[in-house]
Amino acid sequence: MFRFLVRRILGAVVILLIISAITFLLFYVAPRDPARLACGKTCTPQTLALVRRNLGIADPLPVQYWHWLQALFTGRDYASFGRCPAPCLGYSFHYHEPVLGLILNRFPTTLSLALGSAVVFVLFGVGAGMLAAVKQGRTVDKVASSASLIGSSLQIYIVGLVAMYYLVDQWHILSRPQDIPLTQDPMGWFKGLLLPWFILALIFTANYTRMTRSQLVEALSEDYVRTARAKGLSRRAVFFRFAWRGAMGPLLTIFGLDLGGLFGGAIITEATFGLHGIGALSVDAVNNNDLPMLLGVTLVAAGAIVVLNIVVDALYAFIDPRVRLA
Amino acid sequence: MTIPIPAVSAPLEVVPDDSVTMAEPSAPPGGEGRSPGRLAWRRFKRDRTGVVSAYVVLFFFVVAICAPLIAKVYGKNPYTTYGQNDPSLLNDFGFPVKPNGGISSHFWFGIEPQLGRDVFTFLIYGIRNSLLIATATTLLVTVLGIVVGITVGYLGGRTDYLIGRVIDILLAFPSTLFFIAFWPVLISIMVSPEENTPVWLTVVSLISVMTAFGWAPIARLLRGEVLALREREFVEASKVTGASPARIIFKELLPNLWTPILIQATLALPMFVTTEAALAFLGVGLSDPTPDWGVMIQNGAKYYESDITFMLFPGLSMVIFVIAFNLLGDSVRDALDPKTKR
Repeated sequence: MFRFLVRRILGAVVILLIISAITFLLFYVAPRDPARLACGKTCTPQTLALVRRNLGIADPLPVQYWHWLQALFTGRDYASFGRCPAPCLGYSFHYHEPVLGLILNRFPTTLSLALGSAVVFVLFGVGAGMLAAVKQGRTVDKVASSASLIGSSLQIYIVGLVAMYYLVDQWHILSRPQDIPLTQDPMGWFKGLLLPWFILALIFTANYTRMTRSQLVEALSEDYVRTARAKGLSRRAVFFRFAWRGAMGPLLTIFGLDLGGLFGGAIITEATFGLHGIGALSVDAVNNNDLPMLLGVTLVAAGAIVVLNIVVDALYAFIDPRVRLA
Repeated sequence: MTIPIPAVSAPLEVVPDDSVTMAEPSAPPGGEGRSPGRLAWRRFKRDRTGVVSAYVVLFFFVVAICAPLIAKVYGKNPYTTYGQNDPSLLNDFGFPVKPNGGISSHFWFGIEPQLGRDVFTFLIYGIRNSLLIATATTLLVTVLGIVVGITVGYLGGRTDYLIGRVIDILLAFPSTLFFIAFWPVLISIMVSPEENTPVWLTVVSLISVMTAFGWAPIARLLRGEVLALREREFVEASKVTGASPARIIFKELLPNLWTPILIQATLALPMFVTTEAALAFLGVGLSDPTPDWGVMIQNGAKYYESDITFMLFPGLSMVIFVIAFNLLGDSVRDALDPKTKR
């Protein structure tokens, strides 16, 4: 187990290095004038000159990348702008603040949104998929299958706004979405995020229903399930201890990827409901031409996916004894 | 919807004249032999959901193609601000005087608040632009996916390993974020930050960003298919007869891959329609004076609290289109690949 983890973490570091190098190249080398882009929309000639000096645009490429990497461990001084302390992902010239701090400020919102909706879509999606698999070919199955097809065709920015109009403005069933910190007012936090959780979960629910159903249908026709049945185990035991356990692995892999993606910011949901998470930060970064921020957000998002992948792979081995960690 | 016919099965239908007693395995009970393509077509025609959704999808494409013609007959265009030219249409707050977004016999889908443009023509031109972008992206992604997937799968070895890692990394990137993050960079390569971006350049850059990050899934799928196919006897046979790799790829492998390709393409198109609309909704990509599905939804989002009509027309039409296209995709898969269970 230990050796497996060490190897996977080393692999993840290599992948993150590659991703950072690619993103760095794309963002700082491809544009005609990266300093002009990094400087943002509100840019005076003086700041532009400062940004140019601070980014070290004149240096050769590998040196630039090396400085950027070094800053991750030692921090970096942006002369008149200020200091960016140790894990320095870059300095936003738009906000006049280090990128990482800004991202971490937004993280609680993103985390609440991601975890809450994950609870919803796992409960409903996996539940509906299980039901459909058990009642294969019956009405429940057909309803679940067509509902999931329609669900996966819906768009957050359409359903979210329509739901907000009717449920919040017209019928006053739910309160207006907002991000109140959990530590400040737990009830307000719950009420404010209820609608975004369900709308965000809607699209995932459909996918999980489909996947759970197909995985379970496949697992239920496996030999080991037939053996378990032949031994005379109860239906419940066969279903949960054998079929479900076999079906869970692939689902967990997808879940890890989805959750990792959500930790990088649920961009569209945040934009629809006006929440200020990492997704909103990245949209603002695009609109402000805030290049260092874009690079930082992209790396954090990719990092979340890579890290969750490792966690999921380690869990996989616990669930499915056929998978060897070697 | 003609489906290319896999060439491999053709020899099966040639039965020697003297073998009267030999049963013909491939012929259906109906009598004369049918090619797999015809069989799939027959299966598809029997699937009522599939046929209805095919008509719905067709309707959208016809509207998109004929948009200028429809607008001409209807007598309006998406750019004129009718509401501002005629003060009786909008009230003092800039909202339509008539209820439900100002729907009337003159303005079938109502008029837009503030600017007072015609919603109907804006919508059909929006559908036209969105479908154009999505179709172009789907074609490019499919072609790129086919080329990379088949080449890598057939060549194997080091190329396979390298491209495989590239695909892994592409799939690890959070795609929506990368679309929106990379788009301004791409624009800045082509236009300097001080200039305005022409619309055609926006369209081209949107298509290229979506293509650049969209080909990986289809390439991976086709690679897997080719890995299984290249070990089959008919490929070996043509290798023995001295066929060139190009001939093997195009004449032997490709005809056997049309089924997964067609299925993937039908699934990809609605995805690109919604991706493009989502980008426009976020303010990335096409923007206001250009008619577009996503731009309309973004505009509708501004006024939805006062009048949801402007949100409902683009929103509902898009939901209907995407559901119909996904149902069509399912039916196409069922028709082409009846063995797979859903």
